[in-house]
Amino acid sequence: MAENTNIVHTHHNTEAHFREKHLMLDPLPRGQMNDMVMESMHTTSWKFWVVFAILSVIVAYSLFYSWGVMIAEGLGVAGVNRPSYWGIFLVNTVFWIGISHAGTFISAILRVFKAEFRRPFTRAAELMTTFGLVQAGFSVFMHMGRVWLAYWLMPYANQRMLWPNLHSPLTWDLLAITTYLLSSTMYLFLPLIPDLAMARDRSTGWRKTFYKTLALGFRGTEGEWAHLRNAMNIFAFAIIPVMFSVHTIVSWDFAAATRPGWNSSIFGPYFVIGALHSGMGAVIMVLAVVRATMKNMKYFIRPEHFDAIGKLMLIISMAWAYFFFNDYMVQWYGGDKWTHQLLHFHEAGPMGWMWFAMLFFNIAVPWAVLWNQKWRSTPWIVFIVGFFINIGMWFERYIIVPISLSINRMPFTWRLYEPGIEIPLGIGTLAFFILLYMGASKLVPLIPVWEVEEGQMAHEFKKFGRETVVSVSELE
Amino acid sequence: MIRPEEIKMSAEETGKWGMVMDQDICTGCQACVVACAMENNITFVGEEDSGYGRSMHWIRIERFWEGEYPEVKMTPNQPMLCQQCGSATCEPVCPAFATVHSQAEQLNLQVYNRCVGTRYCANNCPYQVRSFNWRDYERPEPLSNQFNPDVTVRRRGVMEKCTFCIQRIHKAQDKAKSEGREVVDGEFTTACAQACPASAITFGRVDDPESLVSQLAKKRGHGIKHLEELGTLPNVTYFKGG
Repeated sequence: MAENTNIVHTHHNTEAHFREKHLMLDPLPRGQMNDMVMESMHTTSWKFWVVFAILSVIVAYSLFYSWGVMIAEGLGVAGVNRPSYWGIFLVNTVFWIGISHAGTFISAILRVFKAEFRRPFTRAAELMTTFGLVQAGFSVFMHMGRVWLAYWLMPYANQRMLWPNLHSPLTWDLLAITTYLLSSTMYLFLPLIPDLAMARDRSTGWRKTFYKTLALGFRGTEGEWAHLRNAMNIFAFAIIPVMFSVHTIVSWDFAAATRPGWNSSIFGPYFVIGALHSGMGAVIMVLAVVRATMKNMKYFIRPEHFDAIGKLMLIISMAWAYFFFNDYMVQWYGGDKWTHQLLHFHEAGPMGWMWFAMLFFNIAVPWAVLWNQKWRSTPWIVFIVGFFINIGMWFERYIIVPISLSINRMPFTWRLYEPGIEIPLGIGTLAFFILLYMGASKLVPLIPVWEVEEGQMAHEFKKFGRETVVSVSELE
Repeated sequence: MIRPEEIKMSAEETGKWGMVMDQDICTGCQACVVACAMENNITFVGEEDSGYGRSMHWIRIERFWEGEYPEVKMTPNQPMLCQQCGSATCEPVCPAFATVHSQAEQLNLQVYNRCVGTRYCANNCPYQVRSFNWRDYERPEPLSNQFNPDVTVRRRGVMEKCTFCIQRIHKAQDKAKSEGREVVDGEFTTACAQACPASAITFGRVDDPESLVSQLAKKRGHGIKHLEELGTLPNVTYFKGG
């Protein structure tokens, strides 16, 4: 306690100001906090239902109906053509897998590194992981010419002894994404159990049955907590290599091919950092929306959290810039004439504006805004930055997939790609992502309230250089 | 980068069947394209899809010009078809084993009914000679009456490509076997070679030094194989300017 007061004095702040700034230093009674989270789940305004209905219509028409048309008609209704055999479907697949990386990054890596600012929004980020992977799955299945035979890609016992080709990067991809989906869903579920039990004790009717089933009879005994903590620790460490491997393997779909512009050995880390770039942008957008629209969220999600994520975004943007220029320089220095042609086509071709927009959104915007603590703590500003980063990262994947495919070693076949039904289908996946998220925000506690309580009860202060940081290290 | 002369062919990769293209006598008449479509039941995709890069041909005549206007010169026509690579880049990337190497014929096979349509093989083909069935295309009368019974038809969502008229290879082999002999060089040929009025396309056994393709290759001497530097070991040789 003495230490606590000492901190307050050294920061030239009043205690009230300090409490307002840091969630960990601003505890509320546990019962009250539980009720706040329950209230945020139960309070649903008419605006929610209007948005929900609009999104449902978009999903029904744009995703399911359009996909049905495409299955019935064939991929001719899409824009894919001879040189650009892969189009926006694969762009969206990579994009959504990228989005899903932020969830694991925040909840696993920040948990392992005991970054206490993660506590109120790990759940929000983990939900993004799972729902993002669902959209990635949709996008990659849409991409297939005969999607009704997609199960042939799974290794299943069959009379003809036909197995998937383990030389193919697509098979690695399928195995990696399935592993990631399963493990991230389990990792979402484990920290959810105490909150589900909390919700079970505070609800009636069908919700009671729902939470009772999902909470698996969790009562909060010492033994149960010990088991849960063990399981979460194992998962937090185990899921980190899974996360890195997934996007590395996604990058090998391109890097293992013989195409100029794709065959680049740095694609693995470049894709991982790109995934984190767009993922962090998406997390900050989601948090800004959640904070603005859901009840009681201003208590849990504070400017300090935007500040912390903003710093991460700035660092990741710098890392992305490094990998981008490294990739560019090494490919250029390689001296292959087709690669030179392609790199020139990227920036000076008919889609050159996209290349420059990518650099502007991914590098210039975050660097210009996020260095300023006041700006990066303002939700609407970081929302815009996150939005721009996501546009920029989508452009990056668009440049890698259809634009790079337009140029190949057979100049006779060069042709630009014009998207067709990919556009409504892509909008459909975005709408479905938001729809799933909205639904989940009313069904599961969006704030891991036990983690916040734990942090508030058990925190201590640690000095890292001149910075004093809240830490709960003795617990875990 | 691997130099062509550094590539060591293993026994499995040495081609059996191959082709020689003489670009100097090719007139670009497209008879091979038509004959191939007839022989292999290739659909007609129509003007619109064809204009958007979805033309369905297993062989195409590539035409280029060089120089700046008005000093423009046409280069020799270049028939481009599946090079039946000994070490094909399309094969390892297929997740479903729909693109495989045949042990018996030493050709790249496309197993239509195993194809799920990921189109990875087509991306990875440096020659861009694979055609995808973007739709179920209609065959208006009388085209619907001229199917070749020896070749399957393909539905939407399936990749296809030149097979070196494998149905003709099999027919000739069966006939030779029933007569208790080996297949004689020149006994049969592919549809494109058969239709070529200038005899610019020659098909035969590249592993037989006495065959016409081997003789031609020896006589002309400086044939090139396209994108050989990628190590694909193509089995089609091109001659021009000689």
